[in-house]
Amino acid sequence: MYRYDLTDKTLVNERVAQFRDQTRAFLAGELSDDEFRHLRLRNGLYIQRHAPMLRVAIPYGLLSAVQLRTLAHIARRYDRGYGHFTTRQNIQYNWPRLEEVPDILADLAQVEMHAIQTSGNCIRNTTSDHLAGVTPNELEDPRPWCEIIRQWSTFHPEFTYLPRKFKIAVTGAPQDRAASLVHDVGVHIVRGPDGELGFEILAGGGLGRTPIIGQVVREFLPRRHLLSYLEAILRIYNLEGRRDNLTKARIKILVKSLGIEEFRRRVEAEWELIRDGGLVLDEAEIARMRAFFPPPAYRSLPDIDPTPADGGAAFKAWYRYNTVAHKVPGYRAVYISLKKPGVPPGDATDAQLDLLADLADRYSFGEARVTHTQNLLFADVEQEKTFELWQALDAAGLATPNIGTLTDMICCPGLDFCSLANAGSLDVAKLINERFDDYDYLYDLGEVDVKMSGCMNACGHHHVGAIGILGVDKGGQEWYQITIGGAAGADASLGSVIGPSVAKHEVAETIARLLDVYVERRTPEERFLDTVRRLGVKPFKERVYAAPVAA
Amino acid sequence: MPRRLLRNGQIVPDEWLYVAEAQAADAVQAAGAVQAAGAVQAAGAGASPLILGFDQWQAEREQWLANGERRLGVILSPAHKVEQLAPDLARLALVGAEFSGPSEGRGYTQGRLLRERWKFAGELRATGYVHRDQLFFLARCGFNSFELPDGDLEHAYTALSTFSAAYQPSNDAGLPLKLRRRLPDTPASA
Repeated sequence: MYRYDLTDKTLVNERVAQFRDQTRAFLAGELSDDEFRHLRLRNGLYIQRHAPMLRVAIPYGLLSAVQLRTLAHIARRYDRGYGHFTTRQNIQYNWPRLEEVPDILADLAQVEMHAIQTSGNCIRNTTSDHLAGVTPNELEDPRPWCEIIRQWSTFHPEFTYLPRKFKIAVTGAPQDRAASLVHDVGVHIVRGPDGELGFEILAGGGLGRTPIIGQVVREFLPRRHLLSYLEAILRIYNLEGRRDNLTKARIKILVKSLGIEEFRRRVEAEWELIRDGGLVLDEAEIARMRAFFPPPAYRSLPDIDPTPADGGAAFKAWYRYNTVAHKVPGYRAVYISLKKPGVPPGDATDAQLDLLADLADRYSFGEARVTHTQNLLFADVEQEKTFELWQALDAAGLATPNIGTLTDMICCPGLDFCSLANAGSLDVAKLINERFDDYDYLYDLGEVDVKMSGCMNACGHHHVGAIGILGVDKGGQEWYQITIGGAAGADASLGSVIGPSVAKHEVAETIARLLDVYVERRTPEERFLDTVRRLGVKPFKERVYAAPVAA
Repeated sequence: MPRRLLRNGQIVPDEWLYVAEAQAADAVQAAGAVQAAGAVQAAGAGASPLILGFDQWQAEREQWLANGERRLGVILSPAHKVEQLAPDLARLALVGAEFSGPSEGRGYTQGRLLRERWKFAGELRATGYVHRDQLFFLARCGFNSFELPDGDLEHAYTALSTFSAAYQPSNDAGLPLKLRRRLPDTPASA
């Protein structure tokens, strides 16, 4: 993985010193709440319902064992023993003390981590495919490009005060596991007309109040121009994005109001003027970045099926659902489910993080990854060692065999923590888990993406859930609006609202009724999403509202 | 007391006057004499260099260009396009970008365009809501003078040197116009 050089170290250490001084000035009364707000937000520090919330960047979701141990240490020393992984591959701590945040940042800097630009109206953490470098049909590993973007976007002098936040996702495989179509900019590695690799560039996707699928700005961009093209997009956005209305300030609104053709024309015109300037990436620089992501020292192994011919049902189920194919024979990529029933989705304790660090060292070349679905992943596990690994994970509550199933829910922290939320999402996750606790039924249902947000800001990506759940406030009561038919992948689509929102106690029953329609009407090869797409909302809606739900 | 500002790393008194300030000074000198509209250039306020708003500059441009003596500056509002001022840059000794609030960011682009695209070599001033924590970024966008709140002025030296490295190309003083991903002349650390 990428290792800091002196520039990186210097910048991060100087940032810690700067924030320490800013925090001191605030606590001494030299800075007003409002003045400090602008500063702390640029360090990922929100003031939440109960305490500050600190969001720590995990660049493109990649973590070393040493970093995992530091995340565990921070959870233990400064928080209440856990952290929450987010849909953008970051980790959030919900209980730090403001006066200790500079110390947390200093501890993070020791292991080449930071909270720079994890909030505020700037370019946020660049996210990517959690199977980068190991998935069989990848065109190219996107991580070197993510790191190139990370560096360019860090403390970018021109783009630190944008109209609104700005999120970039990069993928290198046909399957989009980074939700790039609902990012401000999506970068797809593609093959160009002459066979060389470059990028397809999309812009204007996003969720929140106005969900929009991103559109193609440029079908093929030669690789050396990646940064100048991004700079042109950001420049047009910085100058022309709306600043008069916070809810209309994202680039998606600019792209929509100009139309993609006019937006493209402006970007291309700007790019023509800067394309051959100081941002050109020469082959030496690209090679330097690539060298940070070499394939690990794989052993030469045969492909095997490690599951026993009979018995071992629990391991078999886990192996089937929580591991996926690897491009190297004899290896598997292994999901660590953070969706154990009864535990808030995406949460991990300090002890679990420490254990995962040890297991990463033992089984996966000392690295782990965060997925945008709020799980973790060991990318490079020998197939013959998956049983040992499963035993260790299972003992720690990290082997719930539910990846891709209904209970592998994406979920924001909701009303329990977030000051923006209208409704609790964690409670609802718990109710869903209690209702759907029969694994045979879950496996029969197959892939059902459930995504839940506690408010319009859509941190839980509800618009792109096959089943989306949105917490709404009606007269001080928590209600839930249900959508179906959303998807976040390469075939991204926005879900449709099925009808009036439902009360908390009705959510699980509503989902059950949706699933009943699916089970009755599906064709053998159809996922829930496919059936919804084929039939439309109507039959689902009719079933849900046909009879009241018992209180 | 004259306004003080940070220019080229020094806290200095500002010799420039905004039009309203010049008019006020003239009004005092003239002890109530009526000012003719648009006749600021005829007025004295010493020979102080004068800063106009972009709209006034546009309206009175011909008169100002005909009067070749006085040093002139123009302030751009966030929504103004730098290109509109481009034909006049040779005549201007100062261009300012106004920051209307803590979240206003268009001036950063205006600064870079003035320096990099239009090769403006005069004083590039940040005015309005400008605080110390913006200085590093502003300087890297080409600004070399800053109207800061008095409390911030004393801290301004340190704010400019908060960070000693950067990832982006920039044309701020002393930095070469090329990618600076590594500190010069220092080996990557172990």
